[in-house]
Amino acid sequence: MLSLAERRPTGRTAYWLIMLPAVAMLLLIYLVPLADVLLTSVTDPKPGFGNYAMLFTSSSVQRALLTTLRIAAITTAVALLLGYLVAYAMRAASSRTQRFMLFCVLLPFWISVLVRSFAWLTLLRGSGPVNNALMAMGLIDEPLALVRNETGVLIGMIHVMLPYAILTLYANMRGIDIGLVAAARSLGASRLQAFRMVFLPLTRPGLIGAGTLVFILSLGFYVTPALLGGGKVLMIAEYVAVQINDTLRWGLGTMLATTLMIAVLGALWALSRVVDVKRLFGA
Amino acid sequence: MKTLQISGTMAALAWAVLSLLALPAFIVIPVSFTDTRYLSLPEEGLSLQHWRTFLTSREWLSSIWQSLWIATVSTAMAVVAGTLCAVGCWRLSSRISEHVRTAMILPLAVPTIVYALGIYRLYVQLDLVGTALGVVLAHAVTGLPYVVLTVSGSLSNLDPRLEQAARGLGASVGQTLRWVIVPNIMPGVLSGAIFAFIHSWDELIVVIFIGGRALFTLPRRMWDGINDNLDPVIAVVATGMILFTLLILTAELSLGARRTESTPAA
Repeated sequence: MLSLAERRPTGRTAYWLIMLPAVAMLLLIYLVPLADVLLTSVTDPKPGFGNYAMLFTSSSVQRALLTTLRIAAITTAVALLLGYLVAYAMRAASSRTQRFMLFCVLLPFWISVLVRSFAWLTLLRGSGPVNNALMAMGLIDEPLALVRNETGVLIGMIHVMLPYAILTLYANMRGIDIGLVAAARSLGASRLQAFRMVFLPLTRPGLIGAGTLVFILSLGFYVTPALLGGGKVLMIAEYVAVQINDTLRWGLGTMLATTLMIAVLGALWALSRVVDVKRLFGA
Repeated sequence: MKTLQISGTMAALAWAVLSLLALPAFIVIPVSFTDTRYLSLPEEGLSLQHWRTFLTSREWLSSIWQSLWIATVSTAMAVVAGTLCAVGCWRLSSRISEHVRTAMILPLAVPTIVYALGIYRLYVQLDLVGTALGVVLAHAVTGLPYVVLTVSGSLSNLDPRLEQAARGLGASVGQTLRWVIVPNIMPGVLSGAIFAFIHSWDELIVVIFIGGRALFTLPRRMWDGINDNLDPVIAVVATGMILFTLLILTAELSLGARRTESTPAA
């Protein structure tokens, strides 16, 4: 009877048909616009790769690229370091504590980036609570410049990226057999040796996955740098928005957008060769 | 002894990082009750003046309604289309349907600014800039990945023979969906709906580009407010958004709890 159902031709056609609404939506309202961005980047203001030449000739474009790469790299390094620490502590904790820690990680994850950036702006302003407290304690004489500069952007971005790092690393560490570490210890390895020679190598896939994910996601940031950088720290996404909104240079804007998209998708594709990306997103 | 060891200092550091992660956003709550006219903690006492301003402002209230119904309609579209698509991919599981499922995740991977440029150009041609329909469509398509991912997750635990049995007993595809498949994947569908809703409710970058002069969702009005003048009313809005998100997250967590309870039986 099963094979009979298998062979009914209307069945398979019907299942193709129910996929149509989503496929049509994706095609018409998503892929067509993306294709238009690609096309504009090689046709505006005139056909050719003139816009892409600006990657090598325009110093303001290069500055934006370098700022983006630098901020993404620092964010990734700090998020990996802090994320590893937290994920390790979670792995070592009892399952009750683990659940509470997971809740602490997921809580900011679900509060909008706009609200969180605004909260950091409130906290770190010249006359904000952090500077006021530091001055009241007599640690500083005048307010530290913690926002409207690169420091502010970094604080905001690390805060947004840290949950991604923790969740990816934790998913990896959960799959590690702790008995291996215990075995190394009982064979005479010190705590540090057991960590360095047994545990750390086993978390390499997690580190690669988390690092790539955080770096890729950092490249396209717009809201956090715009609010906490105060217009002084132009990353690619904000630079693109400025080109479109203020100077109407569609060719340059779409070229940078295309470059950003290719870099992100290329890195994701490379990552998918090493680890299961769908599981990263599904986590 | 099969637990991982961690030194006291490291554990304390981890807790410090966790509190720096979880707590800062909540600063907006005391700030929203400030008795001053600027963005600061309450000085002499608590005041409801900024909450009053917010709740009597026609602009903010209209933004709430706009955000709510745009999120509701776009979520409905994403849930219906995304669920059907995930079921189709699951049942067919051919090379092409696998590619379709991967393509559905694209909106999560491509930086939003890239899409914002493209959809703006398309909407200029279609005269959809500044229309609710335009924002609903854009939010629906970018909400699809959440639904496809969560529903696919639910489907992976569902025995395909259930569908074959229903079809073999003479049920049409529509009946099989309605009475067999959808009831079994309901937790995944609801999770997807929650994620798609939060996605639309929080979405800012696309709305900045296609909102035109008429459409101010809550995040966009907040964005404009932050860039114009840092008014304590924004802290009120931020507080409201946090509370709303917590409410939805609690719903999702209880769904998740029910899901894990039901897995051993499956």
